Amino acid sequence: MSMMKNFMGWIDDRYPATKVWNEHLAEYYAPKNFNFWYLMGSLAMLVLVIQILTGVWLAMSYKPDAELAFGSVEYIMRDVDWGWLIRYMHSTGASAFFIVIYLHMFRGLMYGSYRKPRELLWIIGVIIYLAMMATAFFGYLLPWGQMSYWGAQVIVNLFSAVPVIGPDLGVWVRGDYVISDATLNRFFALHFLVPFVLAALVFVHIIALHKVGSNNPDGIEIKKGPKGNRWDDKAPADGIPFHPYYSVKDIAGVAGFLFLFAAAVFFAPEMGGYFIEHPNFEPANPLKTPDHIAPVWYFTPFYAILRAVPSIAGSAFPGVVAMFASILIMFFLPWLDRSPVKSIRYKGMLYKVMLWLFVIDFVILGFLGTQPTTDLYVRMAQIGTIYYFAFFLLMPIYSKMDKTKPVPERVTE
Amino acid sequence: MKKLIVVILLAAAPMLGLAAGGGVHLDDADIDLGDQASLQRGAKFFMNYCLSCHSAKFQRYNRMAKDLGLTDEEVINNLMFTTDKIGDTMNIAMTADKATEWFGSPPPDLSVISRARGVDWIYTYLRSFYLDEKRPFGVNNIVFPDVGMPHVLWDLQGAQKAVFKTEKDSAGNDIQVFDRFEPVTPGTLSPEAYDQVARDLTAFLSYVGEPIQMERRRLGVWVLLFIAVFFVFAYLLKKEYWKDVH
Repeated sequence: MSMMKNFMGWIDDRYPATKVWNEHLAEYYAPKNFNFWYLMGSLAMLVLVIQILTGVWLAMSYKPDAELAFGSVEYIMRDVDWGWLIRYMHSTGASAFFIVIYLHMFRGLMYGSYRKPRELLWIIGVIIYLAMMATAFFGYLLPWGQMSYWGAQVIVNLFSAVPVIGPDLGVWVRGDYVISDATLNRFFALHFLVPFVLAALVFVHIIALHKVGSNNPDGIEIKKGPKGNRWDDKAPADGIPFHPYYSVKDIAGVAGFLFLFAAAVFFAPEMGGYFIEHPNFEPANPLKTPDHIAPVWYFTPFYAILRAVPSIAGSAFPGVVAMFASILIMFFLPWLDRSPVKSIRYKGMLYKVMLWLFVIDFVILGFLGTQPTTDLYVRMAQIGTIYYFAFFLLMPIYSKMDKTKPVPERVTE
Repeated sequence: MKKLIVVILLAAAPMLGLAAGGGVHLDDADIDLGDQASLQRGAKFFMNYCLSCHSAKFQRYNRMAKDLGLTDEEVINNLMFTTDKIGDTMNIAMTADKATEWFGSPPPDLSVISRARGVDWIYTYLRSFYLDEKRPFGVNNIVFPDVGMPHVLWDLQGAQKAVFKTEKDSAGNDIQVFDRFEPVTPGTLSPEAYDQVARDLTAFLSYVGEPIQMERRRLGVWVLLFIAVFFVFAYLLKKEYWKDVH
């Protein structure tokens, strides 16, 4: 023991190992009333690690070449030892990442985790979400199947819709006049790079979290409450050390998550065409447009918004603006919510109805984005789009009108 | 800008593509990948009827031998016509240029066709050729209208014609809808026996689409069992630690 102590002393004189351990784990006091929704943050980090590790191993056998890419994926599936498992973990991981992050963001919406003093924490989170979407988009081109190719074609063409500079911008993004080998090569480079930027952003996200402290299902600031607990008489009374309490809880959460994850990897890796789309088993063919182009499910709510907005003077630019606005509007959320309380538990019926309608709206938009357009579906997507923006833009009004309940002094069970 | 509009329209409108099987009822293939005899028969039909025009360029002969319970010698002596190397993949001699000249477009590689189309589609497709004088080879297909492929299995199935019925579409116009097949000349096999051939071929193509799939499901059971046990211990550990949190 004393040898260990001497060793750590030697380290601590040169690097703040024990200090970091204590500040961020052993003496980081998190509210004791976290529920199920608070597992998602650690699960998201787990999935990021899975994605980076499986991704690096895939890159050892993958060929970013228009002639070879499709075949190299099949080579991984058939001839590389355990290649099929690594590939399915990666393809399932992409969808799992978005599932976990959508639940994580919904948690923030429910408990007001974006409110003062956590505005920056939320904004960093939205940046992480943008980086995730970029990574997923670059990665989806790499198998070089029909949906990879035509999905990328449609999305890159969004940039071409920008007035004046659009066409040049499209060529700049693709490196060619159509999606081609040049595009595949650069997307591979970016798909490899951005996840490490993402990891750095996650680090910044956690630093921001530990500065302001975690929110909780009651939306009460435990730092402002009474002081003193079993471990420290200056720490918040309602706080417990992250380690070991939440580290062991997160391990149980990890096991539950891995059960579902493995069920998908081993028994339904295509997930009925949602995780891996069927047309992507046909090699990319620039001369043959698929019957129906749909992005992967995690992009479809935004794709539905894109298609819902009518063109003006033959330009699809308004739809493109609406799609990007639907994501960028999340940055302003901390200042749109004017409710005197943070958590849904103490908000009134008005806010609850608005939030649950928003969730239903997001799911319906997601469904519509996977479907071919019909008059009815376009009309539904337009209503869905209007509600999507109304949820955010009218929030200053309805969150203020809402009849809230009194918030207790201390966190509840 | 015009190109963009075209692309967005293409994305938005469900194009009536040549390859679309949309609207046609697909029969349940009802394949059993655990039935090795079925897979072996499917391999035999595939080598004899499909592999001269269609490749399966990601599938190796020796991998197939191992997975289907055959020896390398059995495969070399009975199933290999295009190469004599057991480690080779299933390639064909026909070039894409020649194929385009003969069939209008090169026959697609069938390595992952079962994953692109689905097994029900393949099973129905193989049983849905019908006589049509307007087509170069005298046959058309219900699930793949105007397909370039002749009915390679016609001597087994015989010839059938398609009977259409007239229905009204949503706008009230008369449209021709496929109703049923009627046999014209019998083949060497009974309809039931031919369906089994189609099923064996479909099973083989499903295997070729993902050779690991049976092993994947077998292994998956053990992985889930392990995680379930691990979860129990993780949960009990959490309970133990949290005893003193009130």
